[in-house]
Formats: sequence, structure tokens, C-alpha cells
Amino acid sequence: MSVLVEVRDLIKTFGEGEAETRVLRGLDLTLETGELSALLGPSGSGKSTLLTILGTLLKPSSGLHTMLGVDLAAARDAELTEFRNRHIGFVFQFHHLLPDFTALENVMFPTAVMAGRETASARTRAAELLERVGLADRMHFLAPKLSGGQKQRVAIARALMNRPELVLADEPTGNLDRDSAEQVMALIGEINSEEETTFLISTHDENIAAHCRRRILVRDGRVEG
Amino acid sequence: MRYGLKIAMRYLGASKAQTSLLIAGVAVGVFVFIFMSALIGGLAVFLLQRTVGDIAHVTVEAPSRDAVSLMGEQGDVLLVEQRATNQRTLLRTADAFLPLIEALPGVAATSQQIVGNGFVVRGQARAPVGITGVEPGKVSAIADIDGALISGTTELGNSGVVIGSGLADDLGIGVGQVVRLQSDRDVERTLVVAGIFEIGLDALDSRAAFVTLATARTLFDLPQGVSRIEIKLVDLNAADREARRISAETGLKATPWTEGNAQLLDGLRAQASSGNLIKAFALITIVIGVASALLLSTYRRRPEIGIMRAMGASRLFVIGVFVTQGTLIGLLGGLIGAGLGFLALSPFPVPELAPPGGLPVDVRQGAYDLAIVLTTLGAILASILPARAAARVDPVSVIGQ
Repeated sequence: MSVLVEVRDLIKTFGEGEAETRVLRGLDLTLETGELSALLGPSGSGKSTLLTILGTLLKPSSGLHTMLGVDLAAARDAELTEFRNRHIGFVFQFHHLLPDFTALENVMFPTAVMAGRETASARTRAAELLERVGLADRMHFLAPKLSGGQKQRVAIARALMNRPELVLADEPTGNLDRDSAEQVMALIGEINSEEETTFLISTHDENIAAHCRRRILVRDGRVEG
Repeated sequence: MRYGLKIAMRYLGASKAQTSLLIAGVAVGVFVFIFMSALIGGLAVFLLQRTVGDIAHVTVEAPSRDAVSLMGEQGDVLLVEQRATNQRTLLRTADAFLPLIEALPGVAATSQQIVGNGFVVRGQARAPVGITGVEPGKVSAIADIDGALISGTTELGNSGVVIGSGLADDLGIGVGQVVRLQSDRDVERTLVVAGIFEIGLDALDSRAAFVTLATARTLFDLPQGVSRIEIKLVDLNAADREARRISAETGLKATPWTEGNAQLLDGLRAQASSGNLIKAFALITIVIGVASALLLSTYRRRPEIGIMRAMGASRLFVIGVFVTQGTLIGLLGGLIGAGLGFLALSPFPVPELAPPGGLPVDVRQGAYDLAIVLTTLGAILASILPARAAARVDPVSVIGQ
């Protein structure tokens, strides 16, 4: 396995002067290709901040952040947008599908937005992914017409659309019942082992963490252990 | 940008009621713009038609024959000049210039005239008149005397005269009756009233008499030449330009109708400015309406915009989606408003044919293409602020919601 993501001495502060809050305090972390890791820690420990920095949605105040050998801490906004589109997938707690689009259109979005149009190959890939997550018969349903579990499976398919090396999942089952949560985690496990996609899953749920091979505990802005 | 267009159309289609209202609002604005253009333009045509339609658009006369110094620039010359008061300026070579003038593309009609003053005498009654001698068959070349005829004909024959209704009433005469026409040169002719007209201008109805050129030559003792050539143009607004051209090509004095009608032109200009102001307000209303609706849409769609950004949509792409929405709203509203404007204005007769008291709107002056272009540009402009606001949405702030 090779190093996919590396962060060293990562610091993130919000606010200035007396209002300054230091959320990440010199955090070190390495993620390797094909890992399935759970990101654990109490509320306010810095999990979400770390996830958004790893997803290039937020820049660290200082420290090193590289992925696939690219220095992301120094990259410009447009470069980060393109990098994110090609190499990183997201699964959020509230699925965040585009409500005016069908399941198929939602899955295609990451490819279409970069190509400027919905290509035939993107359509085929999106249909295959929806079939993979068990939603072949819901392909042309508008997002609001799907159940919570179905929406989250569509979100997973969307995250995988551009064959990213890293998928970041923030409480991906936090809004689902136990059965749906188990299905989603089983799916993530399958994809991880079959395609060697690296998953980093932020969760409070020990049952979800139990599906992961590695546990990363964040406390007071640092990785413990 | 095809994908941006798809998203923009999907967003507009998702809120059908809001989009329909927005497009309807833009269409109403465009309708007002078009109606004002047609009304102000039509009013100008109507006023010009009523005031200038029956006068010459360009009058060609002989150049001034006032005395000039022949001493050149050397030394000081003290010159006392008295303008001629009893000398008649005559176009002696009118026949030579006429084909040249008639061949000009903007010239609709010409009329050689001999003009002078005189009296119409009927028994003991005498009424002062302006006598105009015209070529046979050209009584209506400048003023539409034929159209204003209330009895008789404009065929003057050898000894006919056409007079206004005011003059006929004053003297108590009708068609077929005999009058004596006495010029200020003390020459008198006995003529038969061939026709009576009523144009609606007192200066013509009560003080004008049309006779043949031959009769006028006798009355004013002019064996050759004419007093002036009156010209009617295809486009009366081109009078200044055409007058300059005629003057340059003939060396004669050509006076456009605009000289001496400055007040009318000022009034028309003020009217056009008022119309432009109203049209500008209509456009501003469109811009504000589109901007506020799109700003609302931006606010409502913040989470989606944030997710799009997280999924790799650039700021430029987001701006494109919202500017495209503005463009579509402007274009659709513009086309619908222009279509409705055309349909609403079409039943109105053109101002030249408008009945008295009718609304003088001119369907030809609706400025439809300008309205569509300005509205689309306005809507694009209006969408820039919401688009920039959308592009600034921070994905991190909406992901946790």
C-alpha cells in the first residue's frame, strides 16, 4: 500500500485576537491507498474540521497537506476545485442530493460539471453505479421521491462517479435506521475491498466504526495514539 | 456551458409559478416600453402630419440679390446696405433645375409656383387672399387639397380658381359662381370657382386661392420664371439634409420646413425625452424585479450551490448558471412582451390615417428588437449580483445543515 494523504503539524484556527479558537493543534495523519478508516472523537475534537481540510473545502492555517504528492495547502481555489472533482468523493450525513434532478442525474453531476455536458459514457457509468448500489429501478426518480436509505446510496454512487482515490464520509449513516445503516456500511466495505478506494468515515457510532479496519481517534485537535 | 444551461432551465422549471410571474413581470415591462415607443413615435408622426403634412418640406427660391461689396479684403469698407423691398426674386431657370431635383431619391413631389397677394372681389365684397399659381393637375402636390375638397373639383381649366371654405363663406359664393381676382399689380381676371376645400388651417381655408400658372403669370405680370419650387419629401425628417443637398447641387436657396418651426421641434424633442424617461423606468423595474427574484433563489438554493461547489463546480460555473437564468428570463419576457405589444398595437390605424380623437399609436415604431435586446441585457445585468452571491457560497457552511 502507498501513502495517499499526508498531513503534518496541521493547525487550524478560527477567529482573531481574543476570539481566536484553535481547533487543530499540530495534527499528524497518514492515509494509505485502500484503507477503510473510522474517524472517531468527541464533539468539538476537530473531526469535521479535519474532514473538510482533507476534502480541500477548507485551508489549514499552517502545516503540510499533500495528496497524491500534490501540495494542497499551497494550491489556489480553482486548482483545489479541479483536484477535488477528480480525486475526492463526499458522502454527507444529510445526503445533499440536488432535489430537482433524478438519481441518475445526481450521480452524473461530478463528471458532467467538469465536461460541461452529460456524456454517453458518464450516463453508462452512473447507471452501472446505481445498479451496484441496488437502485437500478429508481434511476429516473427525482431525489425527493427516494427514501432516506436510497438517497444515501445515491450519494455513495455520486461520490464514486469520478473513480476518486479518497472518499470522505461524514456520519454517512447518522440519519438512517439500523437496517439502512448496515446496508450502507456493507456497500462501502464492498467497494473498498473491490476497488481499493480509500474511505475515511467520521462517526460517533461504535457499530459503524466496527466495520472499519482502522480507528483514528481525534482529541483536542490531535490524533491520539 | 450546455450543462449550465440545463441546470438553469431545470431551476426555472422547478418553480413554475415563480418563474411564470417573473417572466410575466418582465413581459409587462417590455409591453410598457413598446407601447411608449409606439405612442411617442406615433404622436410625433401625428403632430408632424397635422402641422407639417400640408406644407412644403423644402422650398427652393432664387438666392438673395442684395448688394455686396466688390472691393475685396483690402482696406476698410464702410457699406450701407438697404435690402430690396419691392424687388421680386424670381427663379428664371426653374425648368432647368426641375429634372435634377425630381431625380433626387428622397423627393416625392415638386410644384412650381408663382405666388403673390391680391383680392377676391364678389360684387361689393372684397377679401384679401394669397394667390398661388400651380401647374395643371398639381394643386394637391403639396397640400392635399383633393382630399380636403368639400365640393367641386381641383381641375382648374383655363379660368378656374379653387378657394377655401372660409373664404367662400365670407363672400357667400359656391362652385360654378364667378369671382374677380385682383392682384397687387392691379391686374384683374374673372374666374369661375371650380372647387372649395377645407383643410382645417385657417391660413389656407380663409386666405388661399389656387389658380393655374398661366393665370398667375397674367395676374402678376410675369412672362417667365416662377416664384419658387415647393418640394414634398418621402421622409419629412430628412428635410435639413435634402435642403443642403439641393442647395449644393443647384446653387439655389433651399429652405427646409424645420426653419421656422423650432418650437414644434422643441416640443417633439421634449416629448421624446419624456418617453425615454418612462421607458428607462420600465427597464429599471425589470432589472430590480429580476435581481430580487434571483437573489431570493440564490438564498433558497444555498445548500445546493454549496454541494455543487463541493462536487467540483467552479465559481464561474455557478455564476454561469445564474446569469443563464437571468438571460432566459429576459429573453422569454422580452419575446412575450414584444409579441403582446405587437398584437395589442396592430388593430390601431397608423397615425397618418388615425381618426380625429383617436389614439395616435404607431405599430411600426414599437422598437420591438430594441426592447428585447435591452431587456435581455438588463436581465443579464440584474443576474450578476445574485450570481456573484451564489459563487461566494461557502460549501463548508451549508454541508452541516
